[in-house]
Amino acid sequence: MLKFETWKVTLIAGLCALGMLFAAPNLLDRSVAENLPDFLPKQQINLGLDLRGGAHLLLEVETRVVIDERLEALVDVIRTELRKERITYVGLGKTGNGVAVTIRETDRTEQAYELVRGLDTGFSTNLSDGGVITMVMTDQALQERRIAAVEQSIEIVRRRIDETGVREPTIVRQGDDRILVQVPGLDDPERLKRLLGKTAKLSFHLLDDKASMAEALAGRVPPGTAFLPAQNEIDIMGQPRMYLVQKRIMVGGDTLVDAQPGFDQSNNQPIVNFRFDTVGAKRFGDVTKQNVNKPFAIVLDGKVISAPVIREPILGGSGQISGSFSVAEANDLSLLLRAGALPAPLKVLEERSVGPGLGADSIEAGSLAAMIGLVGVLVFMSLYYGRFGIYAGVALVMNMIIITALLSVLQATLTLPGIAGIVLTIGMAVDANVLVFERIREEFRAGRGVMSAVDAGYKHAFVTIVDANVTTLIAAVLLFAFGSGPVQGFAVTLAIGIVSSMFTAIWVTRLIVALWLRRARPSTLNL
Amino acid sequence: MSLIKLIPDDTNVPFIKLRKIFYAFSIVLVLSSIVIYSVMGMKFGIDFTGGIMIEVKTAEPGRIGEMRERLKGLNLGSFELQEFGAPDDILIRVQPQDGGEEAQMAAVNAVKQALGDGIEYRRTELVGPKVSDELYWDGLYAVVAAVLAILVYVWFRFEWQFGLAAVIALTHDVVSTIGLFSLIQHEFNLATVAAVLTIVGYSINDTVVVFDRVRENLRKYKTMPMEELLHKSTNETLSRTTMTSFTTLLALVALYLFGGEIIRDFAFAMIWGIVIGTYSSVCVAVPLLLQMGVQRGPREDDSTIEQTS
Repeated sequence: MLKFETWKVTLIAGLCALGMLFAAPNLLDRSVAENLPDFLPKQQINLGLDLRGGAHLLLEVETRVVIDERLEALVDVIRTELRKERITYVGLGKTGNGVAVTIRETDRTEQAYELVRGLDTGFSTNLSDGGVITMVMTDQALQERRIAAVEQSIEIVRRRIDETGVREPTIVRQGDDRILVQVPGLDDPERLKRLLGKTAKLSFHLLDDKASMAEALAGRVPPGTAFLPAQNEIDIMGQPRMYLVQKRIMVGGDTLVDAQPGFDQSNNQPIVNFRFDTVGAKRFGDVTKQNVNKPFAIVLDGKVISAPVIREPILGGSGQISGSFSVAEANDLSLLLRAGALPAPLKVLEERSVGPGLGADSIEAGSLAAMIGLVGVLVFMSLYYGRFGIYAGVALVMNMIIITALLSVLQATLTLPGIAGIVLTIGMAVDANVLVFERIREEFRAGRGVMSAVDAGYKHAFVTIVDANVTTLIAAVLLFAFGSGPVQGFAVTLAIGIVSSMFTAIWVTRLIVALWLRRARPSTLNL
Repeated sequence: MSLIKLIPDDTNVPFIKLRKIFYAFSIVLVLSSIVIYSVMGMKFGIDFTGGIMIEVKTAEPGRIGEMRERLKGLNLGSFELQEFGAPDDILIRVQPQDGGEEAQMAAVNAVKQALGDGIEYRRTELVGPKVSDELYWDGLYAVVAAVLAILVYVWFRFEWQFGLAAVIALTHDVVSTIGLFSLIQHEFNLATVAAVLTIVGYSINDTVVVFDRVRENLRKYKTMPMEELLHKSTNETLSRTTMTSFTTLLALVALYLFGGEIIRDFAFAMIWGIVIGTYSSVCVAVPLLLQMGVQRGPREDDSTIEQTS
């Protein structure tokens, strides 16, 4: 027992010193810690959203929409091609993950089959009796399309969040079609949801001035025309005003290169100024030249924002949207236009947002509980085990320091349940010492000498300590595997606490006890 | 000299002799837990049911009645407002809305609009039907997997009889915890699952310590009758069992009293778990070894983990 090799002493003391060094940045202000010289550790504990405040959103990309769009596009192409070849058909439309069409002229089914087969390589085409041609999207094409949609959505989400200027957002893919967004320190989660809740597909269309509004209201809208509501205009009945808009897109929002909020010079209304790229500018110029004095519609996500009349050809490639916005709406719209459109709508599956006030309160309450728990256990241990209890207390404090250091170095996220895990560790960490001390006491009373009793105590208790802690570790690992967010935070601190407490409770106390025995050479144990 | 002593040095508590009483008590506890759960059900939190939970702080206390009135007109189905630790801190729970994820979002907005200005939103939680379903099953899997993994570990380290006894005691702890939550209608949420898993971990920890001593004594006293040996083992480790439970409870009570409202249910579950876990280790798991008929043959692989110095 007294023989504690120098290398062991160095190792134990070294690990403790490292623990203190890596825990130290947490004592500093964040800004001070960040500016430490590079050779010093500067990482602080990474606080979870429930402690620092912020929003956690689990989004689902509605990939079905993307698939449907592709199917609709294929239906359009088939229609055009068959008409071009003057092949008569019936029942052209989507079916599940494919499209189907029936060719009436039996002698031309082969020709039609050959024609549509080459239209899209992502489909497997099949001709069956009765002239029915079915094209079904291949699994590979489906998968590729979904992945592309999710990847693109992540990119757009990232751009939109970056535009808001928040720090350190986390945007990661989860599973097949989900995106996890975590934004710390956000004051207004509603704005975030508003920004992510819009696909922001912008397009410019000409109005259909030939169709009759009365017919459309009766449900008869000509093909090629859409009957769309206005976003902010209301008619005399209190219903949104309706527009008849040509489906054909004059210019798409993907050709925008910039959008900024501003104010209309004449009436001081908030507006959005935008600029096209060269392609968009040319198309917009051409169309406006040919349609002077006709109205056109600016459509966002299926709603008409405004429908001004073209006074003169717009050739400069820039323009403005005035749609009776509020200042906030103009800001958000220009941000959305800058960041680009989402390929498919996002659905919020789960939201957890915590205001900064609650986070601060939680940290305060958690720290207070940890402090009181720690002091309580320290006092109790020293009252119960005397000198040995104090040693265990030193180990416990060291344990807290090492947990802090490990959390900082691993950059594991500390959550409120994580703090609970630490408090629990305070209570359970001394268990290893209790086991050792009880054993020493037992061995001593059984007639062993001081040294021999201490030695036997550590040795025998060791197996028990390992067995007992491995089982708790199993529970912690499973918590981490199955848990989500905050619960994982609990599992992490619990696991770190177990490992760290085994080190401090066994080796640190052992070293201290050995040093004391060597110096004092007691003949009896007050344990 | 130490100043206080919880447990005298030579205890002689007849845990094994009283086993029938403990068995009876535990069977009643488990059965009544099952009955209570099937009659009263569980007050599941939104993690498992889906729905909306909003915690707000109002500028002045006592607005809860007025807020309830405001929300009544929204057609949200059943909702519930309660003070959360302070009169100006109010927790609003709204049932899951029909119409999937979009309807949930709309309901959150409607509530925020109806409550108007002058309110600090401290917490907004919204769980859609898909996620709540997943969380429910994940939680269930986690608990079952933990119990099975521990069974395997204890079996591997000891004998199958020990593993089985430990798992019976664990199941007893889990079932009675669920029964208690059902009885007092405390919210059962993700944090409670975490607490249950920790209880499982703690309880097995306690059990293993006593089992370890049983194993050691089996080797030391080859002819001692089993009942006496178990009696000796539990009493030898009783001081440690009590001490550890006590320090853990000390920390948990601090957490319960000072850790804040959100963590209180968790701390409560844990405190119960420590009590029932300690009881089940000493009074259920160990006596069960007597029923299981533990083999007394020497085993060599017990020394696989030994300290070298």
